[in-house]
Amino acid sequence: MLCDICGKNEATVHFTEMINDQITELHLCEECAREKGAQVEQQFSLSDLLAGLVDFTIPEGTTISDVKMKCPNCKLTYEDFKRIGRLGCSECYSTFRVALEPLLKNIHGSTRHIGKSPQKVAKVFKAKSQIEELKDKLRKAIQMEEYEEAAKLRDMIRELEKQQG
Amino acid sequence: MELNELIRKSCEWLRGTGPNSDIVTSSRIRLARNLNKIPFVHWANKRQEEEVLNTAKNAIQQIPFLKDSLFLRLNTINPLDRQFLIERHLISYEHAQNPDHKAVIIGEKEIISIMINEEDHLRIQVMHSGFNMQDAWKFADRIDKELEIKLEYAFSPEWGYLTACPTNTGTGLRGSCMLHLPCLVMTKQMGKIIHAISKLGLTVRGLYGEGTEASGNFFQISNQVTLGQKEDIILDNLERIIKQVLEHEQGARKSLFEQNKAILQDQIWRSYGTLKNAHIITTDETVELLSSVRLGIDIGIIKDITRQTINELFLLIQPAHLQKLEGKILNSNERDLRRAALIRERFKKK
Repeated sequence: MLCDICGKNEATVHFTEMINDQITELHLCEECAREKGAQVEQQFSLSDLLAGLVDFTIPEGTTISDVKMKCPNCKLTYEDFKRIGRLGCSECYSTFRVALEPLLKNIHGSTRHIGKSPQKVAKVFKAKSQIEELKDKLRKAIQMEEYEEAAKLRDMIRELEKQQG
Repeated sequence: MELNELIRKSCEWLRGTGPNSDIVTSSRIRLARNLNKIPFVHWANKRQEEEVLNTAKNAIQQIPFLKDSLFLRLNTINPLDRQFLIERHLISYEHAQNPDHKAVIIGEKEIISIMINEEDHLRIQVMHSGFNMQDAWKFADRIDKELEIKLEYAFSPEWGYLTACPTNTGTGLRGSCMLHLPCLVMTKQMGKIIHAISKLGLTVRGLYGEGTEASGNFFQISNQVTLGQKEDIILDNLERIIKQVLEHEQGARKSLFEQNKAILQDQIWRSYGTLKNAHIITTDETVELLSSVRLGIDIGIIKDITRQTINELFLLIQPAHLQKLEGKILNSNERDLRRAALIRERFKKK
């Protein structure tokens, strides 16, 4: 049997295609099959699916102009992101934050990373969250008018901030 | 180490040993990592891609246990060699498509492979034989810890490791196991299982990953969610579910063996007979028959051939492997002849 596309080579690959309930059989040579295979892949990809999700996830009341249109670092636009379903660089995450947060929630059911961190980041991050925690305690101490405790907390915060530079 | 040496060696994940290796052939961990502020691969220009390639290469080669690894720029090897690497699961199909500015670093015994400039700047992969996700994870984490000292990773304390595709954001971790499930397929339970698994945030795929069909009754089960869970919890969940699938397969094997022994034996020995005697055979037919013989070995029906031989054959009968073994390009008819000869030869060896 000869290839249905080029009509020259022996057909060694057999395809069944279903378009609108219509089943078509194709008998192809290896070369044409490879091209056909590439076409089939292009028809449907994860990025298409994602791109479709992006618009749904912008919170109600937010207009498209609220989402910054272009990443200052890599120049990817929001339209680009919608089209290809991929971010352009790490900075895009803050640029398109408004749209990304609900998208991540949709995909993962969460928007908070609780896994591991690079050790150099972890150290800084740990100190920062410690300071935040102490500040919180300080606010509460002031509200309760526990000034002695508040003074202690203030000194601890100053010390930590000094260490942070 | 050189590329052409690989063909003479068997990879670690094909050894056919390790916990539950009758059903779980291999366990794999993949970490997606990117460099801070440099555009992701699909959005970078040539200069930036080259910069990533060199920075990553230097950092990786400084790791003591990766000093002797094999570094390959994909545009310096031919399409057959790229296909060969795909068949060995050392690079992905996507990675081989536009080979410019892409590379892979392969560690000893092919346990580690690091793709540079795939979808993310770095894809760290560790593969072990059998059901052994914990060891694979420990190893991947060790490589990651070495690299994070040398490289400025794209990371946010809030969203974790930042990846080109938001489906990998967070841990960037994908754990997966390759399972051989012939009896769940025979008893028509796979549809139900795939449905249940997908509801639990996991995915089931074919032998060669995303978008591939299950062939030879091999299925890959992996986690989908990467954000909002710790790495050990993600892997723990995955392991628990894989363990259940494994037990279902064991149950199906037992009941088929007890209730339909003659039919099962007939099918296995017919597959054995065809493989041992065929003179022309396609990849698809071979994979189906090898699957059946592998089951025969697992349940003690076939004793004169080892699981490792069968595991190796799954790889050696693939088109690029056959052509590398032969040392020349073969068309598909020639491959079918060569494949049959190779199988006969391996079945004869005791």
